[in-house]
Amino acid sequence: MALLDVKKLGISFGGLRAVDEFSIRIGKGELYGLIGPNGAGKTTVFNLLTGVYKPTDGTITLDGKDITGMNTMQINRQGIARTFQNIRLFHNLSVIDNVKVGLHNNYKYSTGTGIFRLPGYFKTEKKMNEKALELLSVFDLEKDAYLPASGLPYGKQRKLEIARALATEPKLLLLDEPAAGMNPNETAELMNTIRAVRDNFDMTVLLIEHDMSLVSGICEKLSVLNFGQLLCQGKTADVLSDPEVITAYLGE
Amino acid sequence: MKKKISPMTRKSFVTYGLLVLAFIAVEILLNTGNISSMMKGLLVPICVYSILAVSLNLTVGILGELSLGQAGFMCIGAYSSAIFSNMVKETITEPMIRFPLAILVGGIFAAIFGLLIGIPVLRLRGDYLAIVTLAFGEIIKNVFAALYIGYDSAGLHISLKSQGDLKLAADGKMVINGALGISGTPNDSTFEIAAVILLITVIIAYNFVNSRTGRAVMSIRDNRIAAESVGLNITKYKLITFGLTAFLAGIAGVLYSHNFYSLQASKFDYNMSILVLVFVVLGGIGSIRGSIIAASVLTLLPELLRSVNKYRMLMYAIVLIVMMICTSNATIRGFFVRNAQKFISLFKKNKAQPEAVKEGE
Amino acid sequence: MAFLDNLINGMSLGSIYAVIALGYTLVYGIAKMLNFAHGDVIMVGGYVVFTAMVTANLSPWLSILIGIAACTVLGIVIEKVAYKPLRKASSLSVLITAIGVSYFLQNMALLVFGEKPRTFTSVVNIPKISLFDGKVVIKGETIAAIIVSVVIVVCLSLFVNHTQKGRAMLAVSEDKDAAQLMGINVNSTISLTFAIGSGLAAIAGVLLCSSYPTLTNTTGAMPGIKAFVAAVLGGIGSIPGAMIGGILIGVIEILGRAYISPQLADAIVFAVLILVLIVKPTGILGKKVNEKV
Repeated sequence: MALLDVKKLGISFGGLRAVDEFSIRIGKGELYGLIGPNGAGKTTVFNLLTGVYKPTDGTITLDGKDITGMNTMQINRQGIARTFQNIRLFHNLSVIDNVKVGLHNNYKYSTGTGIFRLPGYFKTEKKMNEKALELLSVFDLEKDAYLPASGLPYGKQRKLEIARALATEPKLLLLDEPAAGMNPNETAELMNTIRAVRDNFDMTVLLIEHDMSLVSGICEKLSVLNFGQLLCQGKTADVLSDPEVITAYLGE
Repeated sequence: MKKKISPMTRKSFVTYGLLVLAFIAVEILLNTGNISSMMKGLLVPICVYSILAVSLNLTVGILGELSLGQAGFMCIGAYSSAIFSNMVKETITEPMIRFPLAILVGGIFAAIFGLLIGIPVLRLRGDYLAIVTLAFGEIIKNVFAALYIGYDSAGLHISLKSQGDLKLAADGKMVINGALGISGTPNDSTFEIAAVILLITVIIAYNFVNSRTGRAVMSIRDNRIAAESVGLNITKYKLITFGLTAFLAGIAGVLYSHNFYSLQASKFDYNMSILVLVFVVLGGIGSIRGSIIAASVLTLLPELLRSVNKYRMLMYAIVLIVMMICTSNATIRGFFVRNAQKFISLFKKNKAQPEAVKEGE
Repeated sequence: MAFLDNLINGMSLGSIYAVIALGYTLVYGIAKMLNFAHGDVIMVGGYVVFTAMVTANLSPWLSILIGIAACTVLGIVIEKVAYKPLRKASSLSVLITAIGVSYFLQNMALLVFGEKPRTFTSVVNIPKISLFDGKVVIKGETIAAIIVSVVIVVCLSLFVNHTQKGRAMLAVSEDKDAAQLMGINVNSTISLTFAIGSGLAAIAGVLLCSSYPTLTNTTGAMPGIKAFVAAVLGGIGSIPGAMIGGILIGVIEILGRAYISPQLADAIVFAVLILVLIVKPTGILGKKVNEKV
């Protein structure tokens, strides 16, 4: 059974059909790419999958459970975490606190325990710190743990967003243009990190990317979107050699 | 591993220390008689305003939303506790039992109203929240000013029209007398109690900010959409913060009402809410210590410098505008930061390292 | 008959609220900020017209023109000095600044004109109308307020929808960055909005003070806030919405004062605000705005 099973998903904004009849099946542990020209509706698909927009048609099933119509918070709790194209960090919080906010629902103590500094506070905070540092070390960020998040260079901010998403212990990780703004060295490093995340965390990854070296380097399967509709779907090598896909990308 | 004290913990303990030192200093002055009666009269109000400022800072600085209903919550705390104290003052004669109960009554009532008003409005955009809390404050003030409550052997009588409308029996007693408010509240607010309450408020505020809940609230302030995407319940954390703010403002109201023999609702007007906002802004949005310092200085200053009194409100207005432009406009802030660094480097030969935000152990 | 009387008084007050609400709605629609100081510009308008008319003994029409000019300039100055530096700041900072400006105007007026209330002489010389053998009297001020507000709403709608400057305002309210890219001068459009809104505030000040002649430094504060409630009720950003909301709030306030409790009239108006925001936050004619992710 597929981990994520999306059937005929669609949404209209006013008269504009932004996404139409979008279907995708992603198996557990797959590294899946979603590509397409600018404005094809890729980020809209992410927003639909994470409940930012409510789909007008179609169903989304995660791990056998229908999550269509749930809000962002509920969908995260069901096991989908994401990063954003325009980075959205908690910029006034420290790097480690960004990750600890990600850990929020997995390490709990009550507000009263926090205010009155009951033993549960110290115990849980200690565990959270350990877990957060462990996650940061995966992305080589543990040295920056106590810097404000806004002080990190761009590439590290992207990594921190991934770390924060992983902290929510998702089943499916959505990455929206993780390599945007990175140089080739950083991109190569990021590819290794994404692979390591998949292997070490037993993660399923769906990513949007324009950088073809990254897409062809790590994605096992691809879906191509054009004008809100699926153009082609399948194994990476097959998709990239499809004449229709080449036309969509390079024009007539 | 060697145990480090995190800067946040250090910051909070420095504030506690400063508060205790200030308290001791005032006590020495009081006991040696080196304090004017006017200053003496300001001691409880300073604590009250400091509590109000710290509590509002939780909503403005930590949650990042503007509430103009601080006077309303204070009013609820003041009235509910004054009613309580007036009704039990003959049965519970010991102030050390009566007053803590009054404080709880005031805080809890204010918190209930905070939650009631927060549930519908906290999902609205920031500007709306400000105007709704302002509206709420005005409603509270107007309702209390139009409220007549009395009791006699037949029970409680309530009217929104006049004292006569209550039709009290001969043994009846007035509790709230419309615009004249409540009188006869026992003077249970002492400087010592107010200072202890202030210290507790500050401890609550610091511990709240440096906890799982506080982090969640600050993450919502920094980026609501990202906070939702990591599974945070936005409404829940907004409500907790708003409720805590109302609770603490209610307690400030209790201290306020038990400091005066009589109490009128007209005291808790829009100007009171703005005054507290001025404390928060001047002390630095998000800075708990700053709130207390600003509240104390701005309460003392007009009394010490009578000549400034005329211009006091105008100064408050200028404080709000100038502070906001200087801290929020990138160009102007950059100018100040650069010059401040130059200024500091004149004194410090070794170049200052940018300070890291440290936390945990 | 008393009910009819109250209804007419409510519509009169409501028309004044409508003119004030237009200022809020324009500025909110275009600059995306709640201009807290708008109500206090009304008060300044009242004082300027009062000074011109009573102290300098000028004709009412000239005084009103001076008042409009003064408020227009004041609006532009406020925008340039206090709000423009905060164009990119958080809405929290802008809101606090606006409250500061409001407080500044109130207390400046207190220093200049003192605490003593001034008694404003009505500028309206329309004769009153008696109906039903004098059982219902419609005052000249009432007629003036209603006519002026209707004329303003019509003119403003025409201006916004049918002139180049007006369409530039619509474009800026829709998307500031896109408007900029299309060659619209966003800064001057925002200035224009403040100028129009503040000019209207002067007119509202004259109408308000003609009907309710006591002029103090806080004259504009409460009507300002209630007019904002009216703008929200009608749907913020909508010109006809401001008119509908204004009239409704005026009627609710006067009827509340007459039939429920004089002390609770304000509380009732504010309760309406809270209800609207719970039931239909976009107001009667407002539209929903999606946030971009």
